[in-house]
Amino acid sequence: MHIVVCIKQVPDTKNVRIDPDTHTLVRQGVESIINPFDMFAIEGALKIKDQNGARVTVVTMGPPQATEALRETLSLGADDAVLLSDRAFAGSDTWATSTTLAAAVRKMGDVDLVICGKQAVDGDTAQVGPEMAALLDVPYATFVKKIDLDRPGFLRVLRQTDEGTELWKVELPALLTVIKELGEPRVPSLRHKMRAKKAEIPVWGVLELGLDPNATGLCGSFTQVVRIFSPQRRGERVQLEGSLENQADQLFQYLKKARVPGL
Amino acid sequence: MKATVDKQKCTVCGVCSGACPMGAISLRENEVEVSDDCSLCGICVDTCEFGAISIPEVGHGPSEDLGSYSGVWVYAEWREGKVHAVSHELLSAGRILADKRGVELGAVLLGSGLNEQMAQDLISYGAEVVYMVDRPELAHFTDERYSKCIVELVKRKRPEILLAGATSMGRSFIPRVAAGLQTGLTADCTELDIAEEGHLLQTRPAFGGNIMATIICPNRRPQMATVRPKVMKPVRLEGRKGRVEKVELPSECFKARVEVLEVIAEQDQTAKLTEADVIVSGGRGLRNGENFKLIEGLAEMLNGAVGASRGAVEEGWMAPSHQVGQTGRTVAPTLYMAVGISGAVQHLVGMQGSQVIVAVNKDPSAPIFDVATYGVVADLFEFIPEFVKRLKRERQE
Repeated sequence: MHIVVCIKQVPDTKNVRIDPDTHTLVRQGVESIINPFDMFAIEGALKIKDQNGARVTVVTMGPPQATEALRETLSLGADDAVLLSDRAFAGSDTWATSTTLAAAVRKMGDVDLVICGKQAVDGDTAQVGPEMAALLDVPYATFVKKIDLDRPGFLRVLRQTDEGTELWKVELPALLTVIKELGEPRVPSLRHKMRAKKAEIPVWGVLELGLDPNATGLCGSFTQVVRIFSPQRRGERVQLEGSLENQADQLFQYLKKARVPGL
Repeated sequence: MKATVDKQKCTVCGVCSGACPMGAISLRENEVEVSDDCSLCGICVDTCEFGAISIPEVGHGPSEDLGSYSGVWVYAEWREGKVHAVSHELLSAGRILADKRGVELGAVLLGSGLNEQMAQDLISYGAEVVYMVDRPELAHFTDERYSKCIVELVKRKRPEILLAGATSMGRSFIPRVAAGLQTGLTADCTELDIAEEGHLLQTRPAFGGNIMATIICPNRRPQMATVRPKVMKPVRLEGRKGRVEKVELPSECFKARVEVLEVIAEQDQTAKLTEADVIVSGGRGLRNGENFKLIEGLAEMLNGAVGASRGAVEEGWMAPSHQVGQTGRTVAPTLYMAVGISGAVQHLVGMQGSQVIVAVNKDPSAPIFDVATYGVVADLFEFIPEFVKRLKRERQE
């Protein structure tokens, strides 16, 4: 079984703060990490590999620095990694990103399963997985929290919806987007770390992928940002004071005035 | 490809350089230089008051006549015999957009065992026409069948705008519809409007709600967006008239390579975070799982759901399905109470869209207070029982 995991590098928000005056993210000195949902995707793929044997290839579209993220996944136990990098990819919306990633999967040829994180935490769109599945014309299941092999050629997956849980049988080849419940990522092993350091990571651009440069990046996108602005600031915070009993009463009155249901 | 700077207009003021999230703009002696790190995000274009920076336009895709598309459509989310409230909200928002464009507002209802009353309901929220596809294969949601049906309907009727709720269903299958139609899609919008030239202006939070971005889809139709539940106001008017069209679609639309084996409704009502009007969340300040009873008790009194910070989930005090924040759920209830949560960015981005935020924390410098509407600096083990007491007193009176 050949599994492809798609990952994205995102700014690490764990140690950054929001500027209390401007209410914007303080981005200075923010390091890049692998999108947390993509780490669950890698873990999901490696679990299948542990239990049933599989070849796991990790792919990302990004600048040359993204190689470091790919090396990190190799040190966790992924077998191969491919970087999709080309100036022509700049400015991609979800459609152009999906087009590029789908071209990479198609080039690999023998892929049985693609796993993506539910969404990237910087863009929050959750669109690239489903759009890729449409472009590859494979079935997919979103928000997956458990993956089991069924009879050959099929998977059984549990998906988490707003209303509860669903058990689906999915025909391979397929694509899944996954959530945290799939499992926390493992720690790198020394053996894999050594291998990751030396691994050669191929870089594919429009030429290697056989893509028309006009169908990628900004030119290949359909949506365009026309305005960026700061969200309306919340009103000043009311700091409650006085005895606890008094504060509890004040809070109650404020919430009642705000017409909070259930009060 | 990168942003280009018009040297005639540029004053080398440096504002763009500070705004660039990629650090791709540097100041030279008498010009600014854009490096290859430019991601074409367009933030600089907007910050330049001299209009000196531009980025190229997006693509056109397969050429066709955009003017041949007309009408606003709302996907009416049907699930287990009921239409989701977000669809009513969207019809009311869609009504305003359709009026601005001077076009018809349609609703698309897919399901099994649909009835006339459901369609009339959609009409009373503003739809002039309801397209109904009623088939046993649609009893359970599957991305493949639902998206094929909508793609087919859009190809036949050619609406210029298609909206759907940003629910777990909408966010799952609507991207496949957009891909099938080769058009743009904007996720999780909180504001919609029509631009002077007629484009749909789709505004959504980006970078975890720290900036807002307005997005257009200038060269493709339909313009598609998913919209966050509980943001648009539903307006129901009795006596509105509309027509109902039952549509037959080819059997190809109902084929799927997935099979729904079992649907298990969430039994734990307190885990229904995205639907709750009130969420009471606990963090590491609770000290152990046992103490979450305090949170659960308060949530129950307020008929609300129980949330948890990543810390509390990592400690194993609550199940991951309760987690609010970047790797958990993004929520926007009427009231969000953060109890014993310090407010790491990854938590804040998941709840700062809430209408009223109450923060209870011992540490007055906890970042959660930066987003709070009401701040209580106190020991939660003393304050929460006091607040519960106050609620009980009210109920007795």
